[in-house]
Amino acid sequence: MKIIAFSLLFVAFTCKTFAQNAEIGKSIPSVSITNAEGKAVNTAQIGNGKPMVISFWATWCSPCKRELNTINDVYQDWVSETGVQLVAVSVDDQKTADKVFVYSDAQQWEYLVLSDINGDFKRAMGVNNVPHTFLVDQNGKIVYSHNSYSPGDEDLLYQEILKLSK
Amino acid sequence: MNFKQFLLFGFSMSSIFVARTQNQPETSITGNLETTFQYLNEDSLIGANQPASIGLLNSYMNVFVTRGNFKAGARFESYLPRIQGYPNQFDGTGVGMKYIGYANDFLDVTIGSIYEQFGSGLSLRTYEDRALGYDNLLDGVRIIVKPKKGITLKGVYGKQRLSFLNGRVEYAEGIVRGIDGDLHLNEVLKVLKDKKFDLTLGASFVSKYQVDNNETYILPENVGSYGGRIKLRYGKLKLEVEHIIKENDPSTDNSYIYNKGHATIANFAYSKKGFGFLASAKSVDNMSFRSDRTKILQDVFINYLPAMNNTHTYNLVASLYPYATQPLGEIAFQVDLYYTLPKDKEWGKKLGGKYGTSINANYSSAYRPMQHGVSQFSSDSSRITYDSNPFDLSDSLYWQDINVSIKRKINKNFSLIANYYNIMINNDVAKITSDAKGIIKTNIAVLEIAYKFNTNHSIRAEAQALFTKKDKGNWATMVLEYNYKSHWFVGLMDQYNYGNPVNDLKIHYLIGTVGYVKESSRFTVSYGRQRAGLFCVGGVCRFVPASNGLTFSFTHSF
Repeated sequence: MKIIAFSLLFVAFTCKTFAQNAEIGKSIPSVSITNAEGKAVNTAQIGNGKPMVISFWATWCSPCKRELNTINDVYQDWVSETGVQLVAVSVDDQKTADKVFVYSDAQQWEYLVLSDINGDFKRAMGVNNVPHTFLVDQNGKIVYSHNSYSPGDEDLLYQEILKLSK
Repeated sequence: MNFKQFLLFGFSMSSIFVARTQNQPETSITGNLETTFQYLNEDSLIGANQPASIGLLNSYMNVFVTRGNFKAGARFESYLPRIQGYPNQFDGTGVGMKYIGYANDFLDVTIGSIYEQFGSGLSLRTYEDRALGYDNLLDGVRIIVKPKKGITLKGVYGKQRLSFLNGRVEYAEGIVRGIDGDLHLNEVLKVLKDKKFDLTLGASFVSKYQVDNNETYILPENVGSYGGRIKLRYGKLKLEVEHIIKENDPSTDNSYIYNKGHATIANFAYSKKGFGFLASAKSVDNMSFRSDRTKILQDVFINYLPAMNNTHTYNLVASLYPYATQPLGEIAFQVDLYYTLPKDKEWGKKLGGKYGTSINANYSSAYRPMQHGVSQFSSDSSRITYDSNPFDLSDSLYWQDINVSIKRKINKNFSLIANYYNIMINNDVAKITSDAKGIIKTNIAVLEIAYKFNTNHSIRAEAQALFTKKDKGNWATMVLEYNYKSHWFVGLMDQYNYGNPVNDLKIHYLIGTVGYVKESSRFTVSYGRQRAGLFCVGGVCRFVPASNGLTFSFTHSF
């Protein structure tokens, strides 16, 4: 019983330190995933000091593709107006992973596309299902996230990006 | 792990983080949770039963903590009892996954639950999919070492999760251990640095140990599986090949034969802006590799044999006649073609419109491998029953799928997707229904339209039709969805089996859904009839029985 009580105390204490940290927003966890060239990319280092959108998608997920294709049409404007960078992280597993870069190229995506074949980044970011989109500020902190996509969501996302670039 | 032990685990974790106080790297906690509740009715017409407890509940929560080089994580799971169609090895409340580890640029050590993949997974893949109830994690140790840029060495050792009973993880009998190496020559050899030609080599060795407690046969207690892979890249051209051999591994799957197994996967890809081409081939023979030789279905697979076909998403295409790999043997092919009409050329604009048109064509097929010198057990005590060679196929078809999808954006707010599928599945081998024999041929057409009125209002509709002369005959499906302010959505789906040969079974499966999304939280409530069918993710499928009732689900990420 004593052990339990002590542990609870410690857990409570730790939670408090965690809570203090949480106030300043969360950073991107450091996980190794791969880019189109098959090279390892550390997720904690993908930001470039500008606002960044991280969008989890899959080749078998139609709302994901709808979202990323819609944004791609206006992406150049977004980049020139806010400097935002979009990183499209595919959660395709081995069965469909080969399609990822072939598809993104064929759709003429201008994004940085990464492959999270083992689901490590997906797990670390707490993604239940795709699409799931995160907005990260200039300091690498997550400031906004949205699960699912319906047409019009891209406008709301852009409003959030504009808030950051002011 | 019981409750006390878990608290101790939490205690030690806390001490690590608390001990490193001011000016230390920042702590990050992430995670997610999902809870699904079902209230089910009896519906004899569709064969849906009311469970004894009426209500069913699945929940889990993942928590991951990182601080500097330290990482730790755990998943709490609860099945009270499990929802309809979920595998029967989930029961009770407890900790299903937990790990602690340390990682820097040179070393990455994890103790506890491990999800890992070697190469394309033919030798080892531990993976989870909570929606499917698939989890073959390895509990043990993993060490990853990067001695030099371009070289990655991995080692794993552990036991696989078999089930979750009374809130505790039960493990498979066998021990799994494996090593894997990856060598990116362009980073290691100076001659190849900055060359357009890029080469990566890899090799893996995986072994399992399980006591021989069989009274009839003398079984190998240690079974090895090994092979290599090569990844070649020249500009936008990419070629990948992996070949794995498995030593003799008598099991329930292969009826205790002593044949070796082999698997080969080859991929060729080329893509540039607006165009993509992908061709894949796979040959598998006697490659079911589990950490318990007596297990079947989706239990404790050490390796992964990806199905070589498109993962379809439209309801009728995805859930009526899907195909999963035959681990005992198949030879499969796939070709994918993607093309976007050029918007910067006059003819492309004329044909594809100002907002663009893209086309995807996909072909996949699978055949039974040729078996040479098939012997009867009585005449041969070796129990090596046949010879087989990679890509030596017979003309016996298991699966074929030809499909085309054309997507056109009419204007800024209006888009159309037209799809056609021609699918053949051999129901004697890849059994999906008890109402048909031999090859089931089907044609499916799907039209999807989406219209955005403005940022706040949008609608989406799907019309689907499936035609087949076998099984349950023709189906038609309508899907309607309305989204409001990106927070609310209302959906309605009706699946109508109007072609069922039995008049009484010409049934409407009507289901309505209301959802609310706020940032990373999502609530959905649906009520209605769910057709029995296969629910598949990534080539792994589970059968979901028919149901009638209410499903409430909540997901959240933090």
